[in-house]
Amino acid sequence: MINRKSLELWVGLFVAAGIFALGMLAFKVGNLSTADVTDGYQIRANFDNVGGLKVKAAVTMAGVRVGRVTGIAFDNKKYQAAVTMDIDGKFKIIPNDSSASILTSGLLGDQYIGLEPGGAEEYLREGDAIRTTQSALVLEKLVGQVIFNKANEPEPAK
Amino acid sequence: MNTLRTLGGIVINSVERLGRASMFLYEVLTGSWELLRRFYLVVQQVYSVGVLTLLIILVSGLFVGMVLGLQGYNTLVKFGSANSLGLLVALSLVRELGPVVTALLFAGRAGSALTAEIGLMKATEQLAGMEMMAVNPITRVIAPRFLGGVIAMPLLAALFSAIGVLGGHLIGVGLLGVDAGAFWSQMQNGVDYRDDILNGVVKSVVFGVVVSWIAVFEGYDAVPTSEGVASATNRTVVYSSLAVLGLDFLLTALTLGDV
Repeated sequence: MINRKSLELWVGLFVAAGIFALGMLAFKVGNLSTADVTDGYQIRANFDNVGGLKVKAAVTMAGVRVGRVTGIAFDNKKYQAAVTMDIDGKFKIIPNDSSASILTSGLLGDQYIGLEPGGAEEYLREGDAIRTTQSALVLEKLVGQVIFNKANEPEPAK
Repeated sequence: MNTLRTLGGIVINSVERLGRASMFLYEVLTGSWELLRRFYLVVQQVYSVGVLTLLIILVSGLFVGMVLGLQGYNTLVKFGSANSLGLLVALSLVRELGPVVTALLFAGRAGSALTAEIGLMKATEQLAGMEMMAVNPITRVIAPRFLGGVIAMPLLAALFSAIGVLGGHLIGVGLLGVDAGAFWSQMQNGVDYRDDILNGVVKSVVFGVVVSWIAVFEGYDAVPTSEGVASATNRTVVYSSLAVLGLDFLLTALTLGDV
């Protein structure tokens, strides 16, 4: 039987390596470091059509991630989608006349919300709503429009 | 008539065994409290169950990761999304392969050894001797081995996944020329801390409990002859593997069902 000192050393090494591996999985593989928005604030926005937007999708400004979508619900009165999002506390100076649009990263990528800053002196605070919004681009509608326009074009004269 | 009787006998026997196993688990768990005062017993078992299993876990983790890297690259490159290789390797390791393959190897390497050791102790009447000396064999022999397995298994699974990701990186980035930045950033975007990593850890803890439980119970319940110990060891590996695969499906269905 192995002596007590080296046994303890091996077990200590093993446990430390295991915890290190867990830490690597959590921080390096997973996104624990960016997962939670700390001391953020919540804002709302209504969209005519959210397309394929999902909860936890990114909210970006100039392409930089500033928060994430926390909820998508249906607004019974306006027949619109009510989207709530958490903005990181680091970004407290977003003008309250900013506009939000639903964008797609790449041709087949995930959809996310892009904020476009306005020019107002007042900033968005907890519970505020963004009024100017632009819906998701629905590819089928776009294709339909292109085909429709093509059909209406006069035949080129020969 | 006779076949019906055999069927009934099988059912009654297995239910009886299940009941004994559950009562045994209860005894082991209540016996575990006393081990807090003599934790060195558990440390010894973590050594023989965990540290000695380390090599096979690390080697197979590395190779599983490397194979995933090769296979994943060849499939993904057809769709022009070879950059998602990191995501594919990490998700399949963390969610499924890490806990499951580790549990299967753990059952084969550590579980069978546990059963054989305890079964042999029973066959040579060491357990009965302990009882004669008013030492409870469950707290002195069984509980440390059970706890050692429960502690070692999640750590082994985490090591397996981590080294597997490195193996995938080695093949994908080093050999096949996937961009290292894309490899890691796609992985970090797609792997969720709570849904994927915690889910994998929960799985490995459950597998650790189940495999250790089956191993120590089969050893304690073995027929005290050399044949009995042999068939108990055999049963440990078979039952643990089946339980791990079945539970894996159940746990995956539970966590993926209501996304």
